[in-house]
Amino acid sequence: MNFSEVFKLSGLLCKFSPNGKYLASCVQYRLVVRDVHTLQIVQLYTCLDQIQHAEWSADSLFILCAMYKRGLVQVWSLEQPEWHCKIDEGSAGLVASCWSPDGRHILNTTEFHLRITVWSLCTKSVSYIKYPKACQQGISFTRDGRYMALAERRDCRDHVSVFVCSDWQLLRHFDTDTQDLAGLEWAPNGCVLAVWDSCLEYKILLYSLDGRLLSTYCAYEWSLGIKSVDWSPSSQFLAIGSYDGKVRILNHVTWKMITEFGHLATINNPKIVVYKEAEKSSRLALGYNSFPQLRAIGTLPSAESKYEIASMPVSLQILKPVADRANPKIGVGTMAFSSDNYFLATKNDNVPNAVWIWDVQKMRLFVVLEQLSPVRSFQWDPQQPRLAICTGSSKVYLWSPAGCVSVQVPGEGDFQVLSLCWHLNGDSIALLSKDHFCLCFLETEGVRTTFGQLGDHT
Amino acid sequence: MGDWMTVTDPALSSESKITSQYTSETKMSPSSLYSQQVLCSSIPLSKNVHSFFSAFCTEENIEQSISYLDQELTTFGFPSLYEDSKGKETKRGLNVVAVLNCMNELLILQRKNLLAQENVETQNLKLGSDMGHLQNCYAKLKEQLETSRREMSGLQERDRQLQCKNRNLHQLLKNEKDEVQKLQNIIASRATQYNHDMKRKEREYNKLKERLHQLVMNKKDKKIAMEILNYVGRADGKRGSWRTDKTEARNEDEMYTILLSDYEYRQKQILMENAELKKVLQQMKKEMISLLSPQKQRPRERTDDNTGTALSDVEEDAGEMNRESIWDLSCETVREQLTNSIRKQWRILKSHVEKLDNQVSKVHLEGVNDEDVISRQDHEQETEKLEVEIQQCKEMIKTQQQLLQQQLATACDDDTSSLLRDCYLLEEKERLKEEWSLLKEQKKNFEKERRSFIEAAIRLGLERKAFEEERAIWLKQQFLSMTNFDLQNSENVKLFSAFSGSSDRDNHTVHSRPRARKPHSVANGSPNCTSKLTKSLPASPSTSDFCQTRSCVSEHSSINILNITPEETKPNQVGRECTNLKWSVASRPASQEGCYNGRSLTYANSHIHKDNLP
Repeated sequence: MNFSEVFKLSGLLCKFSPNGKYLASCVQYRLVVRDVHTLQIVQLYTCLDQIQHAEWSADSLFILCAMYKRGLVQVWSLEQPEWHCKIDEGSAGLVASCWSPDGRHILNTTEFHLRITVWSLCTKSVSYIKYPKACQQGISFTRDGRYMALAERRDCRDHVSVFVCSDWQLLRHFDTDTQDLAGLEWAPNGCVLAVWDSCLEYKILLYSLDGRLLSTYCAYEWSLGIKSVDWSPSSQFLAIGSYDGKVRILNHVTWKMITEFGHLATINNPKIVVYKEAEKSSRLALGYNSFPQLRAIGTLPSAESKYEIASMPVSLQILKPVADRANPKIGVGTMAFSSDNYFLATKNDNVPNAVWIWDVQKMRLFVVLEQLSPVRSFQWDPQQPRLAICTGSSKVYLWSPAGCVSVQVPGEGDFQVLSLCWHLNGDSIALLSKDHFCLCFLETEGVRTTFGQLGDHT
Repeated sequence: MGDWMTVTDPALSSESKITSQYTSETKMSPSSLYSQQVLCSSIPLSKNVHSFFSAFCTEENIEQSISYLDQELTTFGFPSLYEDSKGKETKRGLNVVAVLNCMNELLILQRKNLLAQENVETQNLKLGSDMGHLQNCYAKLKEQLETSRREMSGLQERDRQLQCKNRNLHQLLKNEKDEVQKLQNIIASRATQYNHDMKRKEREYNKLKERLHQLVMNKKDKKIAMEILNYVGRADGKRGSWRTDKTEARNEDEMYTILLSDYEYRQKQILMENAELKKVLQQMKKEMISLLSPQKQRPRERTDDNTGTALSDVEEDAGEMNRESIWDLSCETVREQLTNSIRKQWRILKSHVEKLDNQVSKVHLEGVNDEDVISRQDHEQETEKLEVEIQQCKEMIKTQQQLLQQQLATACDDDTSSLLRDCYLLEEKERLKEEWSLLKEQKKNFEKERRSFIEAAIRLGLERKAFEEERAIWLKQQFLSMTNFDLQNSENVKLFSAFSGSSDRDNHTVHSRPRARKPHSVANGSPNCTSKLTKSLPASPSTSDFCQTRSCVSEHSSINILNITPEETKPNQVGRECTNLKWSVASRPASQEGCYNGRSLTYANSHIHKDNLP
């Protein structure tokens, strides 16, 4: 495992290009594009203000940089550095900006969700979509980029409009039986749309592409409902995380619940492995040979950690939620299926230090990782079942079915990993801190041996 | 009492009897008073009696007293105190005998009464104590009753309270339920109100939004614009097309084709899955049939209806399956049959498995009995027992150690140790004494045996003598008769004797035992081997010694035999012969023994003498 040198960064804006060749990062009002392998600067663009949002177009040719404060979007071309484009939303303001899947249109949401403006880079045409709903996840594109579903609010009722992305023609428009629609998401196969209600009511609706209601699912009433939704990459399962600390898995044939995963704070099942992160004294670390690369890099920071297999029964640290505040820290807030569908990683917000990994084939809990500090984010390797976790400490944690490791990020000072993102082919991870970022390269073989050694040591 | 009086006193006239009765009751005589007093109180009687009597009879009223007493006595059935008189007019004299009799009887009566009284008193006491006991019991029971009553009342009180509480709780529950209902209603109403408000607010919001939209958009905001260097080509390289009905239709078509392809894909998957499942099903079916068919015969023999019919179905199903494989995927037509057959087979299999299970459990049980497989419980019990034993043993060892230590500690105490030693010696002494007595007994036995042996030997000696005499006589006769014939006959005789001698020698070692007594003194090595055997024999200490000596003797005697000169063989031979004759001796009448007594001594002497020769 090797680490690149540390580069400057602001706003946690660091993105791999969809084709995997480039890495765009923002430093204040500058956009830096580097080659992923050499990390040489390929292009450097200067925007008008501090960049608040940056996004690659799907064909990796353009990058948009949004400056919400100024209501501005600037687009840069990688092929033609001299090419420029500036979109000004004027007094309407700007709260969100994104690419359409074809990479030739930009969708800007104005303030107060008055409308969505669709700017085309090919023609002069500008389209407006009225009545977009202000919600968590109001826009969803199908994975093939053909269709866009948009949540709308008209006459105090929720509606969904399905547009054809190629010419922004309205394909379907239907109202949904929701009190207050909170989000929608296409299944990866692009044929089913999941629409869920706000947290006040547990309700999820499944629509076909042609607007037919396929099924409605409601687990319980009179309590806070859905907190997160995730489709499995095969579109076979729909995982619904809710405020009751459970994940319910629906199947794609009958849309009935297959099973529910309860996130209990005490685990007493010898089949489940609980990895507990533990502080390691530096002396012990000197005799610890599993990370030769790490030692080769040099200075070992003081607080190293390692994973220990906890003996049953294990009780995880629970956070007492504050009852009289909005958005209580309870329930399953983050979920992610592994790219091969075999695992589901979840995080229960009132057990902030733990990541649960569920075996989807056997529909049971597989592994629990308990960190020393609250988990900030986790992401699956796009190529293999390998989960990277960061907790805001100077370590990055990797789990695979073979075992797990905690890796110290080298460098002077404290590199607090707040976020991370995988490269497309899964051989490197960008680790983002507040002001810096670095790349972590994983040689597949090296990682394997590391895992093996870990298995020996634990 | 009246009857009794009439019987005992027939002489008295009925008249006088009545009068006497009358008088005794009417006249309150001092005696009657006394009798009454007796009834009332028995203890102060003895003293009163004397004083009373002294007052009763004085010098003046003797006559009257006597008559009075007479009257009284007659009324009580005693004979009259006066002598029987012939005439009425003559004054009757006092009959002293009668008086004495009466007195005696009265005394006896008195004693009896006293006895009875005593009995009654003791009984009274007993009854009194019984009474007291019963009263105690009564009091106790009463107390118990009281306490239980109190308890009962307490319990009743508690019950009442609990019921009260229960009622209260019920009431509370009801209230709570009402509350919940109310709250639910409130929630519902609030929800509706909230929704209503929300809608209102949203409408307002929408209005505002609309207005804002108009304001912002209608101003012809110059700022809203896109500055672009040059337009780029579309990603697909095509030109953008106009939105027309055509495109709309095309979009629809596309959408449907996407949906269709998705459904087709899913259907294909499902079909594949179905086919695989079918394959598995058929395989299972085949296996089931093959599994069940060998069992076909047995259940039929048992004439088990269910299985019989089911099995026939199995056969049908087997045929069906073939058909099925021909039809392959057209499942719908055969679905019902398929499910039915599967169900039947499953039932058969289930029953079969259950049967097997039963068998297995039986076998297992038997196995447990046969092989003495220790069940876990037994095992645990055993281990527990063993553990307890170990514990006990440990404790014992500990106590022993303690005792040892104590002993060691007290060993320096001389007095106690000496005492202990004394005890020990005493014990030993006792044991030695016992042994000594045992030995004595043994000695006596040995002596007895020896005596009997000696007697037998003497007898044998006598017999031998007799035998020799007989032979001598016989030989003499023979010789006398032979003298008439040639010398050859005499040689024959010699030969015969030699022959008999050799045969005796063969037997010698075998029959050495009876001879053993004689050379015993020799074996012991005692220098003074006197002619008296009786003296040397008691010295034998034990049976084992005896045995040893015997073996020595046998050796010794055999040596003797080897060294024996022809002259000496004769007496020796005789001894041997006597042993051979032992059996015959037993059968002989005892009367003969006495006459040989004199000779036996001489024999014994000569024999011992001879043994000492080597």
